[in-house]
Amino acid sequence: MSDTAGRQPGLSVLDRPNSYIGRAVPRPNIARLTQGRGRYASDISLPRMVHVAFVRSPYAHARIVRIDKTAASGLPGVVAIVTGAELAAVMTPWVGVLSHLKGLKSAPQHAIAVERACWQGEAVAAVVARSRAEAEDAAELVAVDYEELEPVVSVEAALAPGARAIHPELGDNIAFERVLDAGEVDRAFAEADSVVETTFAFGRHTGVTLEPRAIVADWNPGEARLTVYQGTQAPHMMQNIIARHLALEESQVRVICGDVGGSFGIKVHVYADEMATVALAKLLKRPVKYVPDRVESFVSDIHARDHCVKARAAVKRDGTITAFEIDDETGIGPYSMYPRTSGIEANQVVNLVGGPYRTPNYRARARVVFQNKNVMCQYRGVGHPVACSVTEGLVDMAARAIGMDPFEIRRRNVIPDDAHPSVSAAGLKFEALSHQAALAKLHAMMDYDARRREQAALREKGVYRGIGLATFIEVTNPSAAFYGVGGARISSQDGAALRLDATGALVCQISVTEQGQGTEAVIAQVVATAFGVPIERVRVITGDTDVTPYGGGTWASRGAGIGGEAALQAGKALRENVLKVAGTILQAQPAALDIRDGLVVDRDTGRERIGLEEIARIAYFRPDTLPSDFQPELMVVRHYVPRKYPFAFTNGVNACWLEVDVETGFVKLLKYWIVEDCGTIINPQLVDEQIRGGVVQGLGPALMEHCIYDERGQLLNGNMADYLVPMAAEMPDIEVGHVVSPTLESELGAKGAGEAGTAGAAAAVANAVNDALSPFGVAISAIPITPEIVLRALGRL
Amino acid sequence: MKAPDFDYVRVRSLDEALAALAAHGEGARILAGGQSLVPALNLRLLAPEILVDIGGIADLSGIALADGTIRIGAMTRHADLERSPEIARHVPLLARAVREIGHPAIRNRGTIGGSLAHADPASELPACVLALEARIVARGPSGERTIAASDFFRGLYETALGPDEILVRIEIPAAAAGERFAFHELARRHGDYAMAGIAALARDTGAATLRIAYFGIGSRPMLAAGAAAALRDHGASEAGAAAAVRALGADLEPQSDLQASAALRMHLAGVLLRRALKDLFPDAAGGREEEIA
Ligand SMILES: Cc1cc2nc3c(=O)[nH]c(=O)nc-3n(C[C@H](O)[C@H](O)[C@H](O)COP(=O)(O)OP(=O)(O)OC[C@H]3O[C@@H](n4cnc5c(N)ncnc54)[C@H](O)[C@@H]3O)c2cc1C
Repeated sequence: MSDTAGRQPGLSVLDRPNSYIGRAVPRPNIARLTQGRGRYASDISLPRMVHVAFVRSPYAHARIVRIDKTAASGLPGVVAIVTGAELAAVMTPWVGVLSHLKGLKSAPQHAIAVERACWQGEAVAAVVARSRAEAEDAAELVAVDYEELEPVVSVEAALAPGARAIHPELGDNIAFERVLDAGEVDRAFAEADSVVETTFAFGRHTGVTLEPRAIVADWNPGEARLTVYQGTQAPHMMQNIIARHLALEESQVRVICGDVGGSFGIKVHVYADEMATVALAKLLKRPVKYVPDRVESFVSDIHARDHCVKARAAVKRDGTITAFEIDDETGIGPYSMYPRTSGIEANQVVNLVGGPYRTPNYRARARVVFQNKNVMCQYRGVGHPVACSVTEGLVDMAARAIGMDPFEIRRRNVIPDDAHPSVSAAGLKFEALSHQAALAKLHAMMDYDARRREQAALREKGVYRGIGLATFIEVTNPSAAFYGVGGARISSQDGAALRLDATGALVCQISVTEQGQGTEAVIAQVVATAFGVPIERVRVITGDTDVTPYGGGTWASRGAGIGGEAALQAGKALRENVLKVAGTILQAQPAALDIRDGLVVDRDTGRERIGLEEIARIAYFRPDTLPSDFQPELMVVRHYVPRKYPFAFTNGVNACWLEVDVETGFVKLLKYWIVEDCGTIINPQLVDEQIRGGVVQGLGPALMEHCIYDERGQLLNGNMADYLVPMAAEMPDIEVGHVVSPTLESELGAKGAGEAGTAGAAAAVANAVNDALSPFGVAISAIPITPEIVLRALGRL
Repeated sequence: MKAPDFDYVRVRSLDEALAALAAHGEGARILAGGQSLVPALNLRLLAPEILVDIGGIADLSGIALADGTIRIGAMTRHADLERSPEIARHVPLLARAVREIGHPAIRNRGTIGGSLAHADPASELPACVLALEARIVARGPSGERTIAASDFFRGLYETALGPDEILVRIEIPAAAAGERFAFHELARRHGDYAMAGIAALARDTGAATLRIAYFGIGSRPMLAAGAAAALRDHGASEAGAAAAVRALGADLEPQSDLQASAALRMHLAGVLLRRALKDLFPDAAGGREEEIA
């Protein structure tokens, strides 16, 4: 659609002959995975390996008075029972802060709680045994004397004047506070024709990966090296952190990440129980495996959201939205997660509210507070769903207040496509966004006017359907601005090493990782295109700190955009090197040659000159036939990191069509449309499935997913029967459309797509429910939207 | 989580099964389809000494019609009920209800005997057998006894079965001409246990023989006798329906849990009753949508 200037068709590296860019190439790992031949950390079994189970605190807040191991130690198969204090001798604690989140504070967190358990589910002792079953048997017999302490559970309680500080040394429960004031907010509200205001509540939920977290740690005293097999998104980050807290050199730690059964941000953090597992391996000098079961996952995998946002907007009669103002409170559990911190989500909310719109006046405050619940941190969409629900909820309220169609008010307020580069009220820099094109495309895709007519006709018959719209922007391809500048040793650059092997095939070792989203397919497509071979000739290796270049891994929608560009540059560089060898052999100018479909050809005529296998044969086995001053270099390394923009923002718009049963309060999703712009589309099928999966992960918390805590800080529904994840039968058909505005920072032009679907789905659902209920004059601003909430809003309960 | 250690025996006959139960007393558990028992073991909610697998007892499964009665063996799988032409013809309520149980994999293993013995108040089949006036046949050390469905369900996961008894079959009067049923279930996700459900049966075209059973409302499946009486008295008119919905207040003891509050359940029970009446008596006013508030 809005293809950007500055790139002439036919001249880009993306348009090379036998290009795989823009093609739905099957993923190279699909056969292996579907045949059950994957190798997940959960599958790893090593000689002398033992299993750990954790004794977890039944209380949200309790002093650990005494731990009696006697009864448990006597059980068959038990190898060791280790307390927090004992493990602290091997592993140092950590504090999850970043210097660029000014004022962010947290307390030292140990791998196993030492004196105090601060949430229900925090590990207080580790039981190591020959099998997991034996470890669980013994864990039941570890007798822990607790002195229950008063838990601080709700955010209001944590913020109340005189509230007891969970960590007394920190003074209060406020981990982080950020305020922002741009433009003339007070004046905008004073001069508004209408002011809309409400409080949005977002339930806590979690990620529920298909494969739980999994880790096997193997300390080899013989070489003083630790090998860690882990389902992680960031192997090099884990290498650094494990080394640091075990007082090892980084070179003494190797992290191997094989297949991973889904991550969604759950597996990018440092978990106390996984750190305990590596420490136990060091302590016991034998491999230790830890795979949490589902019940443990619910109380130990990070939770997300849990925000309450008081918000208002000012609007003029012509539809111009002149100001946004928000006050966000979020509870993050008792510790800020390490090393990415639990301040990022609220920070993103402040950054992103109002993001798609021209509105110049914006004031925000976010407060991040400690509480005695499971830890909370970055999960797919980080802050986006909250910011998007608040913004889009207000926009719909504003439209209703002035009697304007929700499509129209968005059309009037989005930043125009030709206004870029631009800067948002919150200071975000946009290189190129396509809100107008996306809105136009969505309008056509969903046949908006026909839907409105259908809605009106059905209302006559007592059927209440609603349309919900949600525009969004998404943070992708983060530069060092995300974590590096705050002092975290998290790489924002990634590297690709590419070599021609002796048969003319390519091997690409790359630091971005694969967790099921198809990273390896995308990298193979880029390499095959840039270098010029059939894709079957490219093998991609990821996830091994001993093998790949140094890099960040895959999170924040960065794999294709950053890893892909490194791969592209490596492909081009290796092509040049191979053509130098070819030129030498053929007595030709390298510039007159090219590599296409696995063959060296004349650039102009396409005539075949020499095969890659022949070049490799000569370079590796008969270098004596080459000039003595010429050394073939058949392996290259290239790195990439965006520098001009801190983030490559993408954009898009969602529409949800649903029906509310006003007797039962049940909501039925009927149809979903989304248009997004991730720049260059490398693999349309993978992008579409990322978008669809993302939408589903946004629909879940909109209607069902919720970690329900009681007033004592007990998680009440931490199992797969009571915690409702979205299932296929309830999911609507999701139609995906694209606008393509490549980033000009990279030659590849790809931005991220991994979180786009999650950003606006809950907003679209809530807006659609409120649209459906508009004849009743009621509105809902809390998710998940349960039958109970709908019926109470309708006054039927 | 891993189940705690237990012993396991696969018996070949009912006598063998009863002997195993007698030998181990409360420490023994019958294993039928395992779809409720095995999750409970894996969550360490139960720690029996021994599982007595009755899956190998051939004459415990099967569906047969004789003398106007359908007999269903306890080990008959949900999937067999779903596919059985006899059930479709003679107990259409059961055929309809069984489709709502879990997912295909669960229906392939789960059994009717297991479902009734487990007595989950949100399960479909217990409410159906109440509406159907089924008889539940149990065998113990002193032989067989027959328990009316209305006497069988005692409370949350609690039945009239003794620890030394095995549920062997269910007997249901085959559908008579003119018989009608209604079945509705509200679950947040397809295949989930019901948040509220209704199974209603009228043996003839009027409201006189109406039996209304609820599941997912209280601690056990319940017959709404007051509501049925109101409909008998007033017919399925709007007045009858309104009286029946009012009567639910005394008939039901709705419970609050994570899925729904008691108030929501009571409200849904009324909505379900209206919907059921609309199916059963499409021409009467009591089921009309717009009347529901
Ligand atoms: C994901 C999932 C979803 C489900 N959804 C539903 C649903 O929507 N609706 C629903 O009704 N059920 C549902 N179920 C449960 C399923 O229907 C089970 O089949 C049923 O509850 C128990 O039957 P079973 O044969 O598996 O019994 P088992 O699990 O083997 O046994 C259950 C209990 O009954 C006892 N028992 C079994 N047979 C006998 C017997 N003949 N005599 C005496 N005692 C006996 C056992 O000792 C045990 O205590 C679901 C299960 C799962 C795993």
